[in-house]
Parts: sequence; structure tokens; C-alpha cells
Amino acid sequence: MCLAVPGRVLEIEERDATRMAKVDFGGVVKDVCLEYVPDMQVGDYAIVHVGFALQRLDEESAKQTLELFENLGVLEEEFGDAWGKAARDAGAERPAGTELPGAGDTPVEPADKEARS
Amino acid sequence: MKYLDEFSDPVLAKRLFDDIRAVTTQPWSLMEVCGGQTHSIIRHGIDQLLPEEIQLIHGPGCPVCVTPLEIIDKALEIASRPDVIFCSFGDMLRVPGSGRDLFKVKSEGADVRVVYSPLDSLRIAQENPDRQVVFFGIGFETTAPPNAMTVYQAKKLGISNFSLLVSHVRVPPAIDAIMNSPDCRVEAFLAAGHVCTVMGTGEYPGLAEKHRVPIVVTGFEPLDILEGIRRAVRQLESGQHTLENAYPRAVQAGGSPAAQAMLADVFEVTDRSWRGIGMIPQSGWRLSPKYREYDAEYRFSVTGIDTEESTVCRSGEVLQGLIKPHECAAFGKECTPRNPLGATMVSSEGACAAYYLYRRLEAPNKEASSVG
Ligand code: SF4
Repeated sequence: MCLAVPGRVLEIEERDATRMAKVDFGGVVKDVCLEYVPDMQVGDYAIVHVGFALQRLDEESAKQTLELFENLGVLEEEFGDAWGKAARDAGAERPAGTELPGAGDTPVEPADKEARS
Repeated sequence: MKYLDEFSDPVLAKRLFDDIRAVTTQPWSLMEVCGGQTHSIIRHGIDQLLPEEIQLIHGPGCPVCVTPLEIIDKALEIASRPDVIFCSFGDMLRVPGSGRDLFKVKSEGADVRVVYSPLDSLRIAQENPDRQVVFFGIGFETTAPPNAMTVYQAKKLGISNFSLLVSHVRVPPAIDAIMNSPDCRVEAFLAAGHVCTVMGTGEYPGLAEKHRVPIVVTGFEPLDILEGIRRAVRQLESGQHTLENAYPRAVQAGGSPAAQAMLADVFEVTDRSWRGIGMIPQSGWRLSPKYREYDAEYRFSVTGIDTEESTVCRSGEVLQGLIKPHECAAFGKECTPRNPLGATMVSSEGACAAYYLYRRLEAPNKEASSVG
């Protein structure tokens, strides 16, 4: 939760008078609030923390960081199955009602797979 | 050099290590404030590759670790209520309260949900108008603006079944407290980059001057950390104590004005207790009076909580950089990620967990016994 992960803005829309975007984090797409970096455009990269863009980032740094995070397993930790991880760590059964994927998860194929490999 | 090939750019890493070695003439102790930095340092063995004179001390910058036990116990009590949907980030699930954790409470039937963003919990509140939805709002200056925005939105949209259990903390007062401690060994700080992305660097020159301590704003990738160390050591060796920004791609001096404005509207600065450390004046935020109706502590009036902290756990000393995790007698024995005695063993950014994950094979308790 502590880290902020770079992602690329795919599309932007107004929702409840708030600027929201779909952002691609190396294949995982999440809803992200743009209110703190209001001039973000489609195609820009941002550092995103808990669903909020905090700062624009240049494309090269963004891709490097994303690749590093993927190798470190940070992306899995940030977007993956938190109950499954907690159950593994505890050496216990996962609690009832946690079988479904978490709210808002939309795994997709990375659009720029080659660029990142 | 051992492990060097693990760096994203081994050539640049070697240059930085060589440069640090070339300027170092005497022992120095540097504290990295951010838990993400600690994780990166231990994972890449940066502390072992540095010249012997340079000691890295791990700081209190893990929000999960410093959330006070009392707040965890309040979270567990609120989450247990049948009318409540309790939303949290995933890394809070196994932080021990006095005897239980959110994972256990969920296993017993409570409606605890993991969300990616605080805004997800607002949506859950809209979808469940007959339930109370509570979001567990912890974290440093990086996490506070998203949580502030969520409360602001709740008010704007008239969502009255939402509230925030808030325990936000601020880094600069913690640096001040660490420097004021009579046992303090820290001679320079690597400040937490993403905290500065939001707040800017304005609070640090005064601290550097007051305590005559170099402060270098640093990212958390291995090369960022090396660059931060290089600049801090250069300052120490030349007797300087100023603020430097070694993470300019993410940090501007003024930070994020929009986020700061939201923080000023929704929160007010307050004294906060840090788990294992104790009260640090003016080191946190709570909801301002204008938003008090969204404060879960008021809404559920959780009082009369008797906390019971582990008598064995020394995480407070770990968080202040007074001991290293493996100097705790319980490390790797009674205390493991499966059976954590302290939050620093639970959170992936916690220093004890980082040592357990990456240093387990190095007979950690040998050193512990020599320390006593
Ligand atoms: S090893 Fe465990 S008991 Fe010891 S300080 Fe760390 S969390 Fe506490």
C-alpha cells in the first residue's frame, strides 16, 4: 500500500463532477482519480497511489520502474489477491466470502508488451 | 562485487558504489525513513555492499507498522458490528491488535472487504445504503490526500452511511522526535520520496538546519537509494547539512498544491501516538470539525478499549533505529510472518519482515545473543 506505481492513462471521463481515468499498470487496469494532477491527458504516465494520480512521470522512468516492480513482485502485492496472501501468511483457510476477485479488478493483456520486455 | 548484477543498471550501480567508497573517510550512520526503501536495501543487499564505515539505520516509515494498537483494536471492534461493512487496504489484514486481527474477524463472519482505493469504499456505501461503510484511513502524507478526497466526496454527494477511521501520520515531526532522542545515532536522513511528491520539500530545510543534519529526498529504487546515500555522505564528509533533492523526476519543491489544499480543508494537525514509539506532538491528522460527522470514532463511539501490547516485541526500538530486527530475541523464533508479534513483522515494508525474508539464512540469532 505504501508504494506508488506508475501507470499510463488510457481514457478520461467525468464522474460525479470528478476527473477519473482508466490507467494501465503493466496489464492491470484500474480506475484512478486525476483531481490532484488535473492536466493529465490520455497517453501520459503518472505515479499512482491508492487510486490517485500524484505526479506526472516521463515515459522512460515509468516503464523502468514498472519493470522493476514486476520483477520484485510488487505489482502482485499491490493488485493481487490480498485475502489469498493473508491466508497463506497465516497458514489458514481463506475466510468465507473472499473467493471472488477484488472490487474493480480488470486484468487485461498489456497493450505494449514488446516495449516492456 | 557480490549481487551487483541484480541492479537494473549494474554499471551505474558500480560507479555509485565506487564513488561512495572514494569519498568515505570515517564512520557515518544514515537513516532511510521510508519502509519501501528499507525493503529495497535489504533485498538488494545494498547495506552489505557499502563501505564498512556506512551504517544504514531503518526508520519508522512503514504506515502499517506505526498505526497504534488502540486504533487497530477500534477497527476490530467496529468491523465486528453486524451493520458494518469494514473496508481496508490488504496489508492491514494481519496486523495484530490485542489478540486478534482483521483476518480473524473476517473468518468469524464480519463483513471486511479489501479495496484498492478509498473511493472503492465510497462506491460500496452507495450500493449498500442500509449498511454503515467504514474505511480504515491510515498512512503518511502520500495516502492522506486520497482519503481526504474520499471524505470530501462523501459530503459533496450526501453519502451519509460512510465514515473514516482515521490515523494519519506526518514524517517531519517524526524526524524531529528521532533527532531529539538522547539515544539518537542518526547523522543524515534519506527522506521519503513520495511523501515529498505530495508535501514538497518546504518542511525540511528548517529541520536540517535545526539538527545540523543532511536530508536527501530519495526514491526507493536501488539506484535512487545509492544516489541518495552518495549525496548524504558527500555532505557529511564536507561538513554540510542542507536539503537536497535526489528524486527530481517525482518531487518538485512545492509538492502538489491541489493535494495540500484538500488536506488543509478536510484534516487538522493533531498529536498522534505511533505504535511502539509513543506520542509525537503534532505528528498526525484527524478530521477537521467541519467533517467530524464522517469520523468513525465519533459515529461508533468506540471507547473503553484496553490494549495489550506484546511484552516481548521490540518493534518500537526497531522503528527508531535503535536496534536491528535480528537483535530482537524473538526474531525468527516466536516471531515469524506466520505468527507475528509486532506489526513490523507483518507488513511487507516492515523492517522485521524484510530481514526475515532476505536474511533468514544468515544465522540472525548469533548476533542477537552477542547483543544480549
Ligand atoms: S522480530 Fe517480531 S517481536 Fe521482535 S521486534 Fe520484530 S516484530 Fe517485534
